[in-house]
Amino acid sequence: MEWVNAIVQGVLIGGLYALFAAGLSLIFGVMRLVNIAHGDMVVAAAYLALVIVQMTGLHPLASVLLVVPLMAVLGYFMQRFLLNPTIGKDFLSPLLVTFGISIILQNGLLVLFTADSRRLAAGSIETASIQLVSGLSLGVLPLLMFMASVLIIFGMELVFFRTRLGRAFRATSDDPEMAQLMNLDRNDVFGMAMALSAAVVAIAGIFLAIRANFDPASGPARLIFGFEAVIIGGLGNLWGTLAGGVVLGIAQAIGAQISPGWQILAGHLVFFLVLGLKPRGLFPRMD
Amino acid sequence: MPRAHSIERATRASRLTVAPWWAGRADMRLLGEVYYFVALATLWNLLAGYAGLVSVGQQAYVGFGGYVLFALAMFLGVHPLLAIVLAGIAGAVIAIPVAPLLFRLQGAYFAIGTWVLAEVFRLGFAQISSLGGGSGISLPASAVTGIAASRPLREMLVYWVALAIAIVAIAFAVILLRSRIGLALTALRDSEVASESLGIDIWRTKLFVYVGVAGLTSMAGAFIFLQKLRVSPDAAFSVNDWTAYVIFIAVIGGIGTIEGPIVGTILFFLLRETLADLGTTYLMILGAVAIVVMLRMPKGLWGWFVARTGLTLVPIRRRVIFPAEPR
Repeated sequence: MEWVNAIVQGVLIGGLYALFAAGLSLIFGVMRLVNIAHGDMVVAAAYLALVIVQMTGLHPLASVLLVVPLMAVLGYFMQRFLLNPTIGKDFLSPLLVTFGISIILQNGLLVLFTADSRRLAAGSIETASIQLVSGLSLGVLPLLMFMASVLIIFGMELVFFRTRLGRAFRATSDDPEMAQLMNLDRNDVFGMAMALSAAVVAIAGIFLAIRANFDPASGPARLIFGFEAVIIGGLGNLWGTLAGGVVLGIAQAIGAQISPGWQILAGHLVFFLVLGLKPRGLFPRMD
Repeated sequence: MPRAHSIERATRASRLTVAPWWAGRADMRLLGEVYYFVALATLWNLLAGYAGLVSVGQQAYVGFGGYVLFALAMFLGVHPLLAIVLAGIAGAVIAIPVAPLLFRLQGAYFAIGTWVLAEVFRLGFAQISSLGGGSGISLPASAVTGIAASRPLREMLVYWVALAIAIVAIAFAVILLRSRIGLALTALRDSEVASESLGIDIWRTKLFVYVGVAGLTSMAGAFIFLQKLRVSPDAAFSVNDWTAYVIFIAVIGGIGTIEGPIVGTILFFLLRETLADLGTTYLMILGAVAIVVMLRMPKGLWGWFVARTGLTLVPIRRRVIFPAEPR
């Protein structure tokens, strides 16, 4: 039963990994850029939520209403002023700029909040659980978060395939020059993509803050988990990414059962295993 | 004039060679640090600036080299200077199976893949309790005195090894870029499709560069931890120390130039000696400077200088010379 429990927890945390991944793969899909600061943005959102909750006394889950728009606006301007000028034929310059942003965010958070690890208390809902069978119970909060993650990914699919904005994303992704000829402002489309990515990052940050301890240096690991979920699931397929997040979550849970030192390592090894056996991921997009 | 120039350069180079006779202990240590950063930045630049393999995980090989040195010196009693060379070979050997796996990731995703590799190494070495596990281990005094009996002689040897590592890294880059592989890399940079159609094996070219760089980076790593005398997973596989600083150096000096990493290292150390007291803020300044350089002068300081003056110290470019038209 201990093992079943671990695997169930792994599945639930997988939803969070898929959230880390969704924003990352959106950016890669639209502008072929990997945002190295992605994980640090998640952590920055977590701190933003912490500050908002402390200042307003809002419930952490309600802080979404403020954190999401704030992060989206910040993301938009970060893209317009720092990233757009470097986006061109090579991926080196924008990649290195996001690396610089990552260093600034990490150390900026360190200056503002010290290296102490923090957590966002969500009240009684944190300990509430549903008993499935004896010895196996599901936490209400992890379950809610998992369902929210699935909904958000569903929502992103809708935006991507059913809206004007999504059409602009897809057009720019397929052929940037032609899209520009069709009167799409590339800079604005990229800005909106980063804004949407940052909005998802904001939710992921709040969930992270409630579920686990975080500190200014937690960003890179979130980036890596998101990235692994993308590659395990298969590029360009958001549902695959969700599956990738779940696979990663289960791998880590099983690793942790073997020995605490193996938790993260087991996830990385499964990532390399998938890369070796199925380089296009478990659920590649049909092309 | 060019002759006077090269004589002047030769004099300056030889002054560095005989540093043990004029520099103090602290200066020699600092110079040793300068040399290994020149080596690391040159090697990173070879990967990112010439082979299109942008890595944010070179700390994998720095740390690997460090640990191999400690293992060889402690368990097998290998002479530390010989262990540096062996660590380099081990780094290249381990890179051979790793590279095909990482090469499955395209462009920017390759970068994060290299980082995951470094994390695997970090977590893996933390599991080895005979190498100190998560908290690390110090090099036993017997291994240190094994380098040379007297302290001045030891410091002299260590200094020259550092200088040699920098020279070997630069020579590797220059010779490689002037060879057929260098020509292939230039062709790849300009158009992968066209160069493949001309018979260039993209995969093998990149593999050769990646493995060579991995080996030399491991050598530099072995030296770094021989100088530090202590290795731990967090120090050995630190992203900040072995990748962020190195990228900063290459970016401000000039990516895709041989001189860039040298210029960048000098600037990096000048900044560090003046701003290091600021601590965390200092790192934020480094990040901001790198972003501004990337936005305003993507070819770095050296690239900017070359564009202004047309001067290069190490000619690696090829020019097409058209024969005069017969009348």
